[in-house]
Amino acid sequence: MNPTRRDFLKLTTVGGAAAAVFGFDLKPAYAQLRVLKIARANETRSTCPYCAVGCGTIIYTIGDRAKNVTAQVVHVEGDPDHPTNRGTLCPKGASLEQDILNDRRLLKPQVRRPGGTQWEDISWDDALNEIAARVKKTRDESFIEKDANGHTVNRTESIAWIGGCTDTNEFNYLVVKAMRALGVVHLENQARV
Amino acid sequence: MSQETLRIQKISGHAGTVAGEGTQREYTICKLIDTTTCIGCKACEVACMEWNDLPFGETIFGNTYQTMPETRWNYWNLILFNEHEREDGSLMWLMRKNQCMHCADPGCLAACPSDGAIVQYTNGIVDFQQANCIGCGYCITGCPFDIPKLNPQTKRVFKCTLCTDRVGEGLEPACIKSCPTGCLHFGSKDDMLDLAEKRAKQLRDHSNYPNAGVYDPKGVGGTSVVYVLHDAANPELYGGLPKDPHIPWSVKLWKGPLKWLGNVAMVGGLIGLFVHYLRFGPKDRDEEEMKAETKS
Repeated sequence: MNPTRRDFLKLTTVGGAAAAVFGFDLKPAYAQLRVLKIARANETRSTCPYCAVGCGTIIYTIGDRAKNVTAQVVHVEGDPDHPTNRGTLCPKGASLEQDILNDRRLLKPQVRRPGGTQWEDISWDDALNEIAARVKKTRDESFIEKDANGHTVNRTESIAWIGGCTDTNEFNYLVVKAMRALGVVHLENQARV
Repeated sequence: MSQETLRIQKISGHAGTVAGEGTQREYTICKLIDTTTCIGCKACEVACMEWNDLPFGETIFGNTYQTMPETRWNYWNLILFNEHEREDGSLMWLMRKNQCMHCADPGCLAACPSDGAIVQYTNGIVDFQQANCIGCGYCITGCPFDIPKLNPQTKRVFKCTLCTDRVGEGLEPACIKSCPTGCLHFGSKDDMLDLAEKRAKQLRDHSNYPNAGVYDPKGVGGTSVVYVLHDAANPELYGGLPKDPHIPWSVKLWKGPLKWLGNVAMVGGLIGLFVHYLRFGPKDRDEEEMKAETKS
């Protein structure tokens, strides 16, 4: 190719005009504000599941709760309006996003049989049935109707209940009702926090 | 020009004026780190990783609770656990949250040769623009606190951004928000210095730390990260915090007099060449040389 002077002028004019129109800029961009990843994210209040302190958290999900969107967690941080922690979190609480987005997260019930070394998968139905059968068996075998002095006590001392810090008042109420109905006296639900 | 560009007061490797210099009325923001109430829980480390979506790496055990020996390109915020022996022989921990200090007179920015790879905003944040980074690593030698780290794969340098995205939208940095003991504070520089001085006085008067004081080194023009130390006379105890940090003299020399000397030499050489041409004209070849050439 051997462009004439006329060709050269034409090409550079067209090229220059195109560059101007499409916003070609040789100058480096000095500042591009990083996008705030939670700018329009949905805020959902929750409670940290770890210790008995029960810190309030905010779970940030993308999507505006429209029908066709499955919310995706993008960030978790402390809830500034929660009286316990006022926005702060400990390192375990600060890593809650990894609790949700984790390859090793347990998504279905598992059982380790007596004497077994491996965890086996079990369906929810089977798990509930098995638990119910064991509760019934244990209660039938160990139910104490009367104590040494002959007083009626109706106790099941072989079963205990341990609750967690994220259990709500309503849930704890139901737990106490259910457990008392079975005669369970060893109840611990962290209700003091 | 974006609005953000107007918030810039210093640009690395930049010839000419800076668009935002003196055009915005803004206050300097500041992080206050009270080392006396830090319990080394590392919530700030985790919050930093979570907010910035940094990829996870291996931790290194060095016989202390410290996560790793020093910050990495993908680990911007590290609590240094320093065991210190008191005069009476008992032990205490001097824990320090180590991250970019966001100097008012940043050594990294002075050393950087790439136009716009490092900028300083009018609120005091020193920010790396990886798009303009050429990976030379001069900022690493320019930093008196050994903070910028090179990602060997992408050949770009990274460090704490003081959460520019959060601060720009009116939020506090992620580490500040998480701190459960309240040893981290965030606000304007004036307010933080005020708070720091009050705390230092409290430590001197009531907590038997007669040397307690505030760390806001003047050698780098003050910093946007301020410490309260039990022993302000010996900041080296806190994992090698320099007593009087300043930009390395090699960087100062190279970016100051040597740069101008080089410019003068280069431009002077060109002018000299031109003057020489005007005065003496083009070089004539010797006649004998011409003869020798035609013979061969």
